[in-house]
Amino acid sequence: MVLFIEQALNGLQYGMMLFLMAAGLTLVFGVMGLINLAHGSLYTVGAFACAWVAAATGSFFLGLVASLVAAAAAGALVEVVVIRRLYHRDHLDQVLATFALILVFSEGTRWLFGSFPLYLTLPPLLAGAVTLPGGVQYPLFRLAIIGIGAVVALGLFFLINRTRLGIRIRAGEADREMIAALGVDIERLYTIVFALGAALAGLAGALVGTIQSVQVGMGEPVLILAFVVIIIGGIGSIKGALIGALLVGMTDVLGKALLPGLFARVMAGSDAATVGSAVASMLIYILMALVLLVRPQGLYGQRG
Amino acid sequence: MKLKSGLMGTIAALVMGLGAAQAEGVKVGMITTLSGGGAGLGVDTRDGFLLALKQAGDAGSTVDLVIEDDQQKPDIAVQIADKMIQSDKVDMLTGIVWSNLAMAVVPSATAQGKFYLSTNAAPSQLAGAGCNARYFSVSYQNDNLHEAAGAYAKGAGIGKVFIMAPNYPAGQDSLAGFKRFYDGALAGEVYTQLGQTDYAAEIAQIRASGAEAVFFFLPGGMGIAFMKQYAASGVGIPLIGPAFSLSQDILPAVGDSALGIKNTSSWSPDLHNAANKAFVAGFQAEYGRLPSLYAAQAYDTANLLLSAMAKSDVADADAFRAALAAADFASVRGKFRFGPNQHPVQDIYVREVVKVDGVLTNAIVGTAMTDRADAYADQCKM
Repeated sequence: MVLFIEQALNGLQYGMMLFLMAAGLTLVFGVMGLINLAHGSLYTVGAFACAWVAAATGSFFLGLVASLVAAAAAGALVEVVVIRRLYHRDHLDQVLATFALILVFSEGTRWLFGSFPLYLTLPPLLAGAVTLPGGVQYPLFRLAIIGIGAVVALGLFFLINRTRLGIRIRAGEADREMIAALGVDIERLYTIVFALGAALAGLAGALVGTIQSVQVGMGEPVLILAFVVIIIGGIGSIKGALIGALLVGMTDVLGKALLPGLFARVMAGSDAATVGSAVASMLIYILMALVLLVRPQGLYGQRG
Repeated sequence: MKLKSGLMGTIAALVMGLGAAQAEGVKVGMITTLSGGGAGLGVDTRDGFLLALKQAGDAGSTVDLVIEDDQQKPDIAVQIADKMIQSDKVDMLTGIVWSNLAMAVVPSATAQGKFYLSTNAAPSQLAGAGCNARYFSVSYQNDNLHEAAGAYAKGAGIGKVFIMAPNYPAGQDSLAGFKRFYDGALAGEVYTQLGQTDYAAEIAQIRASGAEAVFFFLPGGMGIAFMKQYAASGVGIPLIGPAFSLSQDILPAVGDSALGIKNTSSWSPDLHNAANKAFVAGFQAEYGRLPSLYAAQAYDTANLLLSAMAKSDVADADAFRAALAAADFASVRGKFRFGPNQHPVQDIYVREVVKVDGVLTNAIVGTAMTDRADAYADQCKM
């Protein structure tokens, strides 16, 4: 039972990380109709900014702030210079252009920081493990990621549903020409949305980079998962991104934890470990296929 | 320019008479991992090899080395190998760190008549039925260090071990090797994904397993990520590993939480022999850091190559092969010879992570296996 709770927490933490990544992607896709493959690069930018500032100043928290600022700035710059020209083009052009951006970002970071991974040290305040009620020991930093994810989710719900900016974002999603005609500066709105999404991706990159490592190309595997999340959740829906991310995180972690044991009941131990882990890594794609079969527009998608 | 000098060389060879056993240079293609989480291993492989060539002076300069980054991807490694064989016209290949890449490259390279000297990866498939006259493993057979860890765990009387490795050829060899010499109970057996960076789920299983020790094979960035997360998790079960999991490329990033961990290796920076002293001192002087096992193996590979070049011409494949098989060079591992399947017969030591002058490194605390060959030599028909 203790093991199950710990694994569930791992799934939750993984899901929250995916949510930070997917939230920006789904906003950009939903509001602007843009497929942004370079979202993973913004995640990498955040991670490198955090590692660099943390190493230079010795403060991990300054590093986190730097990850937000750097990713938002990179996002705004990319939007103004490149992305803005792509809104009226078809998806293939967008994919090509943003794929080119991935290459530019990858080579740029390789040129600046080299091919060696960087490693962040946890701040003493967040290092080590805590014992939760029920006797579950859990690393404090992973709990912090869950907390940050929850706060961001609440903040985004508030932003989208309760503020003027949120009204404009939703209006822009529904009818771009109409809100432009009503006098809203749609270009600035798009830059803000893009930078907001980039900042969240950068934050995710910094948090994950702290647990794992910061290296060139770290964003691309996560990008694929983030697309899976927004397809499951429904494109353009923050709520869908949250539910989708948690589903994917839980499915992945619990699948890896439980499947080898299930297979061990019908086959030999080492075969079960191999087959179980192979099937577990397919599980989220099976989940996506099932969701698409039942609800092609995703769980909370608007359009069919 | 390259074409021109090649032409000149050909003309010179024609003028001097083709039959003469002219001690010409050897063109070597090095395919290794120079970017991403596995970069530390490839960089050490490259640097160890280059150091041996540099120390050899004039003899070293007759080796024409082409180096390319495989990005730890089998498809890229295959592309590079094709390019090196077809357009660079190399005589031999070397340098691959990862067994899945070696399996993609080695069989086709040897089939095309090229030698392959392995600086690291040595999957069981290439040691047994798939052995080849043109394939030499200068490092070990994949199972070896893990067998030694199994023998150590058994000798230390550890009752329940949790074992873990990535799901690729060397990972499967690893756990098979450990279990070959460890006959105690297993508290769990887990395969992770190759290149995995988050080990939260595995650490939860380890915590719940009731193991007395954890045997883990996670080379490169995987090992760094695991050890950092393990230290943060508060699970205190002692770790055992092969040298790869606690190698010199990993220790600085992991920090003091690695202190005292036992690991098994065919080489250690503190091995007492003249070749090793020259190697460790030379490597520190040249690169400003301590060498890893990967660097030591690559250094030995280059010296083996130079010893064979001094005896015969690579164009005479049979003579060159015999010269390689003689292993007539001073290994940093002390005694070193090849078994019938052209894999090493060597001692394997138990090391412990220690701190010397503020730097984390490994020191030998005992010998796990003496003159160990491998479990597959019988299946090799050459």
